[in-house]
Amino acid sequence: MKARERLLAELKASVPEVTPHDALALQARGAALVDVREPDEIAQGSPTGALRLGRSYLELRIEEAVPDPQRAIVAMCGSGTRSLFAAADLARLGYANVSSMAGGFARWKSEGLPVERPFALDAAARERYSRHLLMPEIGEAGQVRLMRSKVLLVGAGGLGSPAAYYLAAAGVGTLGLVDHDVVDRSNLQRQILHTDARVGTSKVASARQTLEALNPSVKVVGHEAQLTSANVEQILAGYELVVDGSDNFPTRYLVNDACVKLRIPNVHGSVYRFEGQVSVFWPGRPQRPGPCYRCLYPEPPPPQYAPSCAEAGVLGVLPGVIGLLQATEAIKLLLGIGEPLVGRLLYFDALRASFSELSLERDPACRYCGDGREFPGYIDYERFCASAAA
Amino acid sequence: MSRATIRIPMPLRGYTQGAGEVPVEAGTVREALAALGAAHAGVLERVLGPDGELRPFVNVFVGSRNVRSLDGLATPLADSDVVAIVPAVAGGLR
Repeated sequence: MKARERLLAELKASVPEVTPHDALALQARGAALVDVREPDEIAQGSPTGALRLGRSYLELRIEEAVPDPQRAIVAMCGSGTRSLFAAADLARLGYANVSSMAGGFARWKSEGLPVERPFALDAAARERYSRHLLMPEIGEAGQVRLMRSKVLLVGAGGLGSPAAYYLAAAGVGTLGLVDHDVVDRSNLQRQILHTDARVGTSKVASARQTLEALNPSVKVVGHEAQLTSANVEQILAGYELVVDGSDNFPTRYLVNDACVKLRIPNVHGSVYRFEGQVSVFWPGRPQRPGPCYRCLYPEPPPPQYAPSCAEAGVLGVLPGVIGLLQATEAIKLLLGIGEPLVGRLLYFDALRASFSELSLERDPACRYCGDGREFPGYIDYERFCASAAA
Repeated sequence: MSRATIRIPMPLRGYTQGAGEVPVEAGTVREALAALGAAHAGVLERVLGPDGELRPFVNVFVGSRNVRSLDGLATPLADSDVVAIVPAVAGGLR
Protein backbone atom coordinates (compact mmCIF):
# COMPACT_ATOMS: atom_id res chain seq x y z
CA MET A 1 0.00 0.00 0.00
CA LYS A 2 1.36 3.43 -0.94
CA ALA A 3 2.04 5.92 1.86
CA ARG A 4 -0.75 8.19 0.64
CA GLU A 5 -3.35 5.45 0.69
CA ARG A 6 -2.21 4.22 4.07
CA LEU A 7 -2.53 7.73 5.50
CA LEU A 8 -5.97 8.19 3.94
CA ALA A 9 -7.16 4.89 5.37
CA GLU A 10 -5.95 6.01 8.81
CA LEU A 11 -7.75 9.34 8.47
CA LYS A 12 -10.97 7.67 7.32
CA ALA A 13 -10.79 5.47 10.38
CA SER A 14 -10.22 8.36 12.77
CA VAL A 15 -12.13 11.34 11.30
CA PRO A 16 -15.95 11.14 11.41
CA GLU A 17 -17.57 11.67 8.01
CA VAL A 18 -20.99 13.20 7.39
CA THR A 19 -23.10 13.41 4.23
CA PRO A 20 -23.85 16.78 2.64
CA HIS A 21 -27.42 16.59 3.97
CA ASP A 22 -26.07 15.98 7.49
CA ALA A 23 -23.65 18.87 7.02
CA LEU A 24 -26.49 21.19 6.05
CA ALA A 25 -28.48 20.11 9.13
CA LEU A 26 -25.44 20.60 11.37
CA GLN A 27 -24.87 24.04 9.86
CA ALA A 28 -28.48 24.95 10.59
CA ARG A 29 -27.87 24.00 14.22
CA GLY A 30 -24.84 26.29 14.46
CA ALA A 31 -21.93 24.26 13.14
CA ALA A 32 -19.29 26.01 11.06
CA LEU A 33 -19.10 24.65 7.53
CA VAL A 34 -15.50 25.34 6.53
CA ASP A 35 -14.66 25.33 2.83
CA VAL A 36 -10.96 24.48 2.52
CA ARG A 37 -10.72 24.59 -1.29
CA GLU A 38 -8.54 26.97 -3.32
CA PRO A 39 -9.83 30.49 -4.09
CA ASP A 40 -10.39 29.73 -7.79
CA GLU A 41 -12.54 26.69 -6.90
CA ILE A 42 -14.49 28.71 -4.32
CA ALA A 43 -15.07 31.45 -6.90
CA GLN A 44 -17.09 28.93 -8.97
CA GLY A 45 -19.50 28.39 -6.09
CA SER A 46 -19.55 27.36 -2.44
CA PRO A 47 -22.18 26.17 0.05
CA THR A 48 -24.31 29.09 1.22
CA GLY A 49 -22.99 30.52 4.45
CA ALA A 50 -19.77 28.49 4.44
CA LEU A 51 -16.62 29.94 5.97
CA ARG A 52 -14.19 30.06 3.05
CA LEU A 53 -10.85 29.76 4.74
CA GLY A 54 -8.91 27.69 2.19
CA ARG A 55 -6.46 24.97 3.07
CA SER A 56 -3.10 26.73 3.06
CA TYR A 57 -3.87 29.29 5.80
CA LEU A 58 -6.44 27.19 7.62
CA GLU A 59 -4.52 26.79 10.87
CA LEU A 60 -3.67 30.50 10.89
CA ARG A 61 -7.20 31.73 10.22
CA ILE A 62 -9.45 29.26 12.00
CA GLU A 63 -9.16 30.81 15.45
CA GLU A 64 -10.32 34.18 14.20
CA ALA A 65 -13.24 32.59 12.32
CA VAL A 66 -14.19 30.01 14.97
CA PRO A 67 -12.98 31.21 18.36
CA ASP A 68 -14.96 28.62 20.33
CA PRO A 69 -13.16 25.22 20.33
CA GLN A 70 -16.43 23.51 21.33
CA ARG A 71 -18.28 24.73 18.22
CA ALA A 72 -18.89 21.89 15.78
CA ILE A 73 -16.96 22.14 12.52
CA VAL A 74 -17.64 20.37 9.24
CA ALA A 75 -14.69 20.61 6.86
CA MET A 76 -15.48 20.33 3.17
CA CYS A 77 -13.47 20.34 -0.05
CA GLY A 78 -14.00 19.28 -3.68
CA SER A 79 -14.51 15.54 -3.27
CA GLY A 80 -14.00 14.78 0.41
CA THR A 81 -10.28 13.96 0.53
CA ARG A 82 -8.56 17.24 1.39
CA SER A 83 -11.22 17.86 4.03
CA LEU A 84 -10.07 14.68 5.84
CA PHE A 85 -6.59 16.18 6.23
CA ALA A 86 -8.08 19.53 7.22
CA ALA A 87 -10.39 17.94 9.82
CA ALA A 88 -7.48 16.02 11.36
CA ASP A 89 -5.46 19.26 11.59
CA LEU A 90 -8.35 21.09 13.24
CA ALA A 91 -8.79 18.29 15.77
CA ARG A 92 -5.08 18.58 16.55
CA LEU A 93 -5.55 22.32 17.13
CA GLY A 94 -8.03 21.46 19.88
CA TYR A 95 -11.41 21.60 18.15
CA ALA A 96 -13.49 18.98 19.94
CA ASN A 97 -16.13 18.20 17.36
CA VAL A 98 -14.76 18.08 13.81
CA SER A 99 -16.04 16.06 10.90
CA SER A 100 -15.38 15.86 7.16
CA MET A 101 -18.06 16.08 4.49
CA ALA A 102 -18.03 12.96 2.31
CA GLY A 103 -18.17 13.58 -1.43
CA GLY A 104 -17.27 17.24 -1.06
CA PHE A 105 -18.74 20.10 -3.04
CA ALA A 106 -19.38 17.86 -6.06
CA ARG A 107 -21.86 15.80 -4.08
CA TRP A 108 -23.30 18.85 -2.28
CA LYS A 109 -24.09 20.37 -5.66
CA SER A 110 -25.44 17.19 -7.26
CA GLU A 111 -27.81 16.77 -4.32
CA GLY A 112 -29.20 20.21 -5.06
CA LEU A 113 -28.13 21.83 -1.78
CA PRO A 114 -27.88 25.64 -1.57
CA VAL A 115 -24.92 27.21 -3.32
CA GLU A 116 -23.76 30.79 -3.64
CA ARG A 117 -21.08 32.36 -5.78
CA PRO A 118 -19.13 34.55 -3.39
CA PHE A 119 -17.72 37.80 -4.67
CA ALA A 120 -14.12 36.73 -4.67
CA LEU A 121 -10.96 38.47 -5.69
CA ASP A 122 -9.43 36.98 -8.80
CA ALA A 123 -5.72 36.22 -8.97
CA ALA A 124 -4.85 39.61 -10.44
CA ALA A 125 -6.80 41.45 -7.74
CA ARG A 126 -5.20 39.29 -5.07
CA GLU A 127 -1.79 40.30 -6.31
CA ARG A 128 -2.68 43.97 -6.83
CA TYR A 129 -4.15 44.39 -3.35
CA SER A 130 -1.88 41.94 -1.52
CA ARG A 131 -0.57 44.62 0.87
CA HIS A 132 -4.17 45.44 1.86
CA LEU A 133 -5.08 41.77 2.21
CA LEU A 134 -2.26 41.25 4.69
CA MET A 135 -3.76 43.72 7.15
CA PRO A 136 -6.54 42.39 9.38
CA GLU A 137 -8.21 45.85 9.38
CA ILE A 138 -8.80 45.48 5.62
CA GLY A 139 -8.36 41.88 4.52
CA GLU A 140 -10.48 40.32 1.79
CA ALA A 141 -13.77 41.57 3.22
CA GLY A 142 -12.46 45.14 3.41
CA GLN A 143 -11.01 45.01 -0.08
CA VAL A 144 -14.30 43.72 -1.46
CA ARG A 145 -16.02 46.53 0.42
CA LEU A 146 -13.72 49.09 -1.25
CA MET A 147 -14.34 47.52 -4.66
CA ARG A 148 -18.08 47.91 -4.16
CA SER A 149 -17.77 51.51 -2.93
CA LYS A 150 -18.71 54.67 -4.78
CA VAL A 151 -16.98 57.94 -4.05
CA LEU A 152 -17.67 61.29 -5.68
CA LEU A 153 -14.83 63.77 -6.07
CA VAL A 154 -15.88 67.36 -6.56
CA GLY A 155 -13.05 68.82 -8.63
CA ALA A 156 -10.39 66.96 -10.58
CA GLY A 157 -7.81 69.58 -9.67
CA GLY A 158 -5.18 70.03 -7.00
CA LEU A 159 -6.97 68.12 -4.23
CA GLY A 160 -9.02 65.81 -6.44
CA SER A 161 -5.97 64.62 -8.41
CA PRO A 162 -4.02 62.99 -5.57
CA ALA A 163 -7.19 61.85 -3.82
CA ALA A 164 -8.61 60.17 -6.93
CA TYR A 165 -5.23 58.71 -7.87
CA TYR A 166 -4.84 56.90 -4.55
CA LEU A 167 -8.49 55.92 -4.26
CA ALA A 168 -8.17 54.30 -7.69
CA ALA A 169 -4.97 52.58 -6.60
CA ALA A 170 -6.72 51.33 -3.48
CA GLY A 171 -9.41 49.76 -5.65
CA VAL A 172 -12.43 51.93 -4.81
CA GLY A 173 -14.87 50.52 -7.35
CA THR A 174 -16.54 53.65 -8.68
CA LEU A 175 -15.02 57.11 -8.74
CA GLY A 176 -17.25 59.95 -9.85
CA LEU A 177 -15.49 63.13 -10.99
CA VAL A 178 -17.25 66.46 -11.21
CA ASP A 179 -15.38 69.08 -13.20
CA HIS A 180 -16.27 71.21 -16.19
CA ASP A 181 -12.83 72.68 -16.71
CA VAL A 182 -10.08 71.96 -19.23
CA VAL A 183 -6.44 71.27 -18.40
CA ASP A 184 -4.27 74.37 -18.32
CA ARG A 185 -0.48 74.24 -18.30
CA SER A 186 -0.48 76.15 -14.98
CA ASN A 187 -2.40 73.22 -13.42
CA LEU A 188 0.41 70.75 -13.94
CA GLN A 189 2.52 72.05 -11.03
CA ARG A 190 0.10 70.15 -8.73
CA GLN A 191 -2.72 68.42 -10.65
CA ILE A 192 -0.89 65.16 -11.18
CA LEU A 193 -3.64 63.31 -13.07
CA HIS A 194 -3.07 65.51 -16.11
CA THR A 195 -0.21 65.70 -18.56
CA ASP A 196 1.47 68.26 -20.73
CA ALA A 197 0.13 66.55 -23.84
CA ARG A 198 -3.44 66.93 -22.58
CA VAL A 199 -3.37 70.69 -22.06
CA GLY A 200 -6.58 72.10 -23.49
CA THR A 201 -8.56 68.85 -23.13
CA SER A 202 -11.28 68.08 -20.62
CA LYS A 203 -10.05 67.47 -17.07
CA VAL A 204 -12.55 64.67 -16.55
CA ALA A 205 -11.39 62.87 -19.71
CA SER A 206 -7.74 63.44 -18.81
CA ALA A 207 -8.27 62.18 -15.26
CA ARG A 208 -10.10 59.11 -16.54
CA GLN A 209 -7.18 58.24 -18.82
CA THR A 210 -4.66 58.35 -15.95
CA LEU A 211 -6.88 56.52 -13.46
CA GLU A 212 -7.79 53.73 -15.88
CA ALA A 213 -4.14 53.29 -16.81
CA LEU A 214 -3.30 52.80 -13.13
CA ASN A 215 -6.22 50.51 -12.34
CA PRO A 216 -8.43 49.33 -15.20
CA SER A 217 -10.93 47.72 -12.84
CA VAL A 218 -12.02 51.07 -11.44
CA LYS A 219 -15.10 52.57 -13.01
CA VAL A 220 -14.62 56.29 -13.61
CA VAL A 221 -17.85 58.20 -14.01
CA GLY A 222 -17.43 61.68 -15.44
CA HIS A 223 -19.79 64.52 -14.62
CA GLU A 224 -18.70 67.33 -16.92
CA ALA A 225 -20.91 69.93 -15.37
CA GLN A 226 -20.86 72.70 -12.87
CA LEU A 227 -22.65 71.63 -9.69
CA THR A 228 -25.83 73.62 -9.25
CA SER A 229 -28.84 73.47 -6.97
CA ALA A 230 -30.72 71.90 -9.87
CA ASN A 231 -28.32 69.01 -10.57
CA VAL A 232 -26.56 68.42 -7.25
CA GLU A 233 -28.81 65.65 -5.94
CA GLN A 234 -28.95 63.91 -9.29
CA ILE A 235 -25.14 63.90 -9.43
CA LEU A 236 -24.62 62.88 -5.79
CA ALA A 237 -27.20 60.08 -5.99
CA GLY A 238 -25.75 56.66 -5.21
CA TYR A 239 -22.42 57.88 -3.85
CA GLU A 240 -21.51 56.96 -0.28
CA LEU A 241 -19.39 59.99 0.39
CA VAL A 242 -18.08 63.14 -1.23
CA VAL A 243 -14.50 64.34 -1.34
CA ASP A 244 -14.78 68.10 -1.69
CA GLY A 245 -11.82 69.56 -3.54
CA SER A 246 -13.67 72.48 -5.07
CA ASP A 247 -12.15 75.90 -5.56
CA ASN A 248 -14.90 78.34 -4.70
CA PHE A 249 -17.29 79.16 -1.90
CA PRO A 250 -20.59 78.74 -3.79
CA THR A 251 -19.67 75.10 -4.53
CA ARG A 252 -18.42 74.53 -0.96
CA TYR A 253 -21.77 75.61 0.50
CA LEU A 254 -23.76 73.72 -2.12
CA VAL A 255 -21.80 70.49 -1.48
CA ASN A 256 -22.25 70.99 2.26
CA ASP A 257 -25.98 71.52 2.01
CA ALA A 258 -26.49 68.50 -0.28
CA CYS A 259 -24.42 66.25 2.00
CA VAL A 260 -26.40 67.46 5.02
CA LYS A 261 -29.63 66.65 3.22
CA LEU A 262 -28.46 63.26 1.92
CA ARG A 263 -26.82 62.50 5.31
CA ILE A 264 -23.52 61.43 3.73
CA PRO A 265 -20.01 62.41 4.88
CA ASN A 266 -18.34 65.40 3.25
CA VAL A 267 -14.58 64.97 3.33
CA HIS A 268 -13.41 68.54 3.18
CA GLY A 269 -10.01 69.87 2.21
CA SER A 270 -8.76 73.32 1.33
CA VAL A 271 -5.36 74.87 0.68
CA TYR A 272 -3.84 78.32 0.61
CA ARG A 273 -0.17 78.94 -0.20
CA PHE A 274 1.57 76.81 2.46
CA GLU A 275 -1.43 75.92 4.62
CA GLY A 276 -4.18 73.39 4.40
CA GLN A 277 -7.27 72.34 6.33
CA VAL A 278 -8.93 68.92 6.44
CA SER A 279 -12.08 67.80 8.20
CA VAL A 280 -15.04 65.47 7.78
CA PHE A 281 -18.40 67.22 8.00
CA TRP A 282 -21.05 64.63 8.80
CA PRO A 283 -24.15 65.73 10.71
CA GLY A 284 -25.91 62.58 9.46
CA ARG A 285 -23.46 60.29 11.24
CA PRO A 286 -25.36 57.63 13.16
CA GLN A 287 -25.03 57.95 16.95
CA ARG A 288 -22.35 60.65 17.06
CA PRO A 289 -23.30 63.41 14.60
CA GLY A 290 -20.65 65.97 13.76
CA PRO A 291 -20.87 69.58 12.63
CA CYS A 292 -21.43 70.74 9.06
CA TYR A 293 -19.44 73.40 7.21
CA ARG A 294 -22.05 76.00 8.13
CA CYS A 295 -21.62 75.27 11.84
CA LEU A 296 -18.03 76.37 11.38
CA TYR A 297 -18.56 79.16 8.85
CA PRO A 298 -22.20 80.26 8.73
CA GLU A 299 -21.38 82.74 5.95
CA PRO A 300 -18.66 82.99 3.34
CA PRO A 301 -16.20 85.87 3.25
CA PRO A 302 -17.05 88.68 0.84
CA PRO A 303 -15.28 88.21 -2.49
CA GLN A 304 -12.66 90.89 -1.82
CA TYR A 305 -11.61 89.01 1.35
CA ALA A 306 -11.36 85.66 -0.35
CA PRO A 307 -8.51 85.56 -2.82
CA SER A 308 -8.31 82.28 -4.71
CA CYS A 309 -5.10 80.37 -5.30
CA ALA A 310 -5.18 81.70 -8.84
CA GLU A 311 -4.42 85.06 -7.23
CA ALA A 312 -2.57 84.02 -4.09
CA GLY A 313 -0.60 81.00 -5.28
CA VAL A 314 -0.15 77.61 -3.67
CA LEU A 315 2.83 75.34 -3.07
CA GLY A 316 2.32 72.54 -5.59
CA VAL A 317 2.96 69.78 -3.08
CA LEU A 318 0.49 71.14 -0.54
CA PRO A 319 -2.75 69.95 -2.21
CA GLY A 320 -0.97 66.59 -2.51
CA VAL A 321 -0.63 66.40 1.28
CA ILE A 322 -4.17 67.60 1.92
CA GLY A 323 -5.78 65.57 -0.89
CA LEU A 324 -4.15 62.41 0.44
CA LEU A 325 -5.38 63.13 3.95
CA GLN A 326 -8.84 63.37 2.38
CA ALA A 327 -8.30 60.04 0.59
CA THR A 328 -7.18 58.47 3.87
CA GLU A 329 -10.31 59.68 5.63
CA ALA A 330 -12.46 58.45 2.73
CA ILE A 331 -11.00 54.94 2.94
CA LYS A 332 -11.40 54.85 6.73
CA LEU A 333 -15.05 55.86 6.37
CA LEU A 334 -15.71 53.28 3.65
CA LEU A 335 -14.17 50.53 5.77
CA GLY A 336 -15.59 51.78 9.06
CA ILE A 337 -12.18 51.68 10.73
CA GLY A 338 -10.36 54.10 13.01
CA GLU A 339 -11.53 57.47 14.24
CA PRO A 340 -12.66 59.80 11.44
CA LEU A 341 -11.94 63.54 11.46
CA VAL A 342 -15.53 64.27 12.44
CA GLY A 343 -15.72 67.27 14.76
CA ARG A 344 -12.04 67.93 14.31
CA LEU A 345 -10.11 70.13 11.91
CA LEU A 346 -6.57 69.21 11.00
CA TYR A 347 -4.57 72.32 10.15
CA PHE A 348 -1.29 71.79 8.31
CA ASP A 349 1.36 74.48 8.12
CA ALA A 350 4.01 73.34 5.65
CA LEU A 351 6.50 76.07 6.56
CA ARG A 352 6.44 75.14 10.25
CA ALA A 353 6.05 71.47 9.30
CA SER A 354 3.34 71.20 11.94
CA PHE A 355 -0.16 69.85 12.23
CA SER A 356 -2.56 71.32 14.74
CA GLU A 357 -5.85 69.74 15.66
CA LEU A 358 -8.74 72.06 16.37
CA SER A 359 -11.95 70.86 17.88
CA LEU A 360 -15.14 71.67 15.96
CA GLU A 361 -18.49 71.56 17.63
CA ARG A 362 -21.97 71.24 16.19
CA ASP A 363 -24.01 74.40 16.33
CA PRO A 364 -27.38 73.22 17.69
CA ALA A 365 -28.90 76.34 16.10
CA CYS A 366 -27.29 75.76 12.67
CA ARG A 367 -29.81 76.63 9.95
CA TYR A 368 -28.97 73.48 8.00
CA CYS A 369 -28.10 70.75 10.48
CA GLY A 370 -29.31 72.16 13.80
CA ASP A 371 -31.44 70.19 16.23
CA GLY A 372 -34.93 69.49 14.90
CA ARG A 373 -34.34 71.54 11.73
CA GLU A 374 -36.04 70.65 8.50
CA PHE A 375 -33.75 71.02 5.50
CA PRO A 376 -34.42 74.63 4.45
CA GLY A 377 -33.77 74.04 0.75
CA TYR A 378 -31.04 75.06 -1.63
CA ILE A 379 -30.34 78.73 -2.21
CA ASP A 380 -28.76 80.91 -4.88
CA TYR A 381 -25.16 80.17 -3.92
CA GLU A 382 -23.54 82.59 -6.34
CA ARG A 383 -25.59 85.44 -4.94
CA PHE A 384 -25.09 84.24 -1.34
CA CYS A 385 -21.32 84.43 -1.79
CA ALA A 386 -21.20 87.54 -3.98
CA SER A 387 -23.31 89.54 -1.56
CA ALA A 388 -21.55 88.47 1.64
CA ALA A 389 -21.22 91.54 3.82
CA ALA A 390 -17.80 93.03 4.37
CA MET B 1 -2.37 90.06 31.70
CA SER B 2 -1.02 86.91 30.11
CA ARG B 3 1.66 86.40 27.51
CA ALA B 4 -0.02 84.68 24.61
CA THR B 5 0.85 84.05 20.99
CA ILE B 6 -1.47 84.79 18.11
CA ARG B 7 -1.03 82.50 15.14
CA ILE B 8 -1.61 84.39 11.91
CA PRO B 9 -3.05 82.40 8.99
CA MET B 10 -1.39 82.71 5.61
CA PRO B 11 -4.11 84.93 4.07
CA LEU B 12 -3.55 87.58 6.77
CA ARG B 13 0.22 87.60 6.82
CA GLY B 14 0.27 90.42 4.33
CA TYR B 15 -0.75 92.63 7.26
CA THR B 16 1.86 91.34 9.67
CA GLN B 17 4.91 91.82 7.45
CA GLY B 18 4.88 88.08 6.85
CA ALA B 19 4.98 87.13 10.54
CA GLY B 20 3.26 83.82 11.28
CA GLU B 21 3.10 84.49 15.01
CA VAL B 22 2.60 87.69 16.97
CA PRO B 23 3.25 87.76 20.73
CA VAL B 24 0.75 89.78 22.78
CA GLU B 25 0.06 90.61 26.38
CA ALA B 26 -3.65 90.34 27.04
CA GLY B 27 -6.20 89.06 29.53
CA THR B 28 -8.84 88.02 27.01
CA VAL B 29 -9.17 87.11 23.35
CA ARG B 30 -10.69 90.54 22.68
CA GLU B 31 -7.65 92.26 24.22
CA ALA B 32 -5.30 89.99 22.32
CA LEU B 33 -6.93 90.89 19.01
CA ALA B 34 -6.86 94.58 19.96
CA ALA B 35 -3.14 94.31 20.67
CA LEU B 36 -2.65 92.62 17.31
CA GLY B 37 -4.60 95.39 15.60
CA ALA B 38 -2.55 98.06 17.37
CA ALA B 39 0.69 96.46 16.20
CA HIS B 40 -0.40 95.72 12.63
CA ALA B 41 -2.77 98.01 10.80
CA GLY B 42 -5.50 96.48 8.62
CA VAL B 43 -5.61 93.02 10.12
CA LEU B 44 -8.34 93.58 12.69
CA GLU B 45 -11.08 94.50 10.21
CA ARG B 46 -10.54 91.12 8.55
CA VAL B 47 -11.30 89.34 11.81
CA LEU B 48 -13.91 91.55 13.50
CA GLY B 49 -16.98 93.13 11.90
CA PRO B 50 -18.08 96.75 12.34
CA ASP B 51 -19.99 95.59 15.44
CA GLY B 52 -16.71 94.48 17.03
CA GLU B 53 -17.75 90.81 16.95
CA LEU B 54 -16.11 87.93 15.12
CA ARG B 55 -16.95 87.80 11.43
CA PRO B 56 -18.98 84.71 10.43
CA PHE B 57 -16.21 83.47 8.11
CA VAL B 58 -13.48 83.60 10.77
CA ASN B 59 -12.99 81.35 13.77
CA VAL B 60 -10.63 81.93 16.65
CA PHE B 61 -9.32 79.04 18.71
CA VAL B 62 -7.59 79.10 22.06
CA GLY B 63 -5.56 75.94 22.07
CA SER B 64 -7.86 73.48 20.32
CA ARG B 65 -11.13 75.08 21.45
CA ASN B 66 -13.25 77.41 19.35
CA VAL B 67 -13.95 80.58 21.35
CA ARG B 68 -17.57 80.43 20.12
CA SER B 69 -17.88 77.34 22.35
CA LEU B 70 -16.14 79.14 25.23
CA ASP B 71 -16.85 82.72 26.27
CA GLY B 72 -16.44 84.24 22.82
CA LEU B 73 -14.15 87.25 22.71
CA ALA B 74 -14.32 87.42 26.52
CA THR B 75 -12.57 84.07 26.79
CA PRO B 76 -9.72 84.54 29.26
CA LEU B 77 -6.13 83.80 28.30
CA ALA B 78 -3.42 82.13 30.34
CA ASP B 79 0.32 82.45 29.91
CA SER B 80 1.62 80.63 26.81
CA ASP B 81 -1.83 80.18 25.31
CA VAL B 82 -1.86 79.96 21.52
CA VAL B 83 -4.65 81.90 19.83
CA ALA B 84 -5.19 80.69 16.27
CA ILE B 85 -7.14 82.68 13.69
CA VAL B 86 -8.69 80.29 11.15
CA PRO B 87 -10.51 81.91 8.23
CA ALA B 88 -12.64 80.08 5.68
CA VAL B 89 -10.53 79.18 2.67
CA ALA B 90 -12.18 78.08 -0.57
CA GLY B 91 -9.22 76.22 -1.98
CA GLY B 92 -8.36 77.68 -5.30
CA LEU B 93 -7.44 74.71 -7.38
CA ARG B 94 -7.98 75.79 -10.92
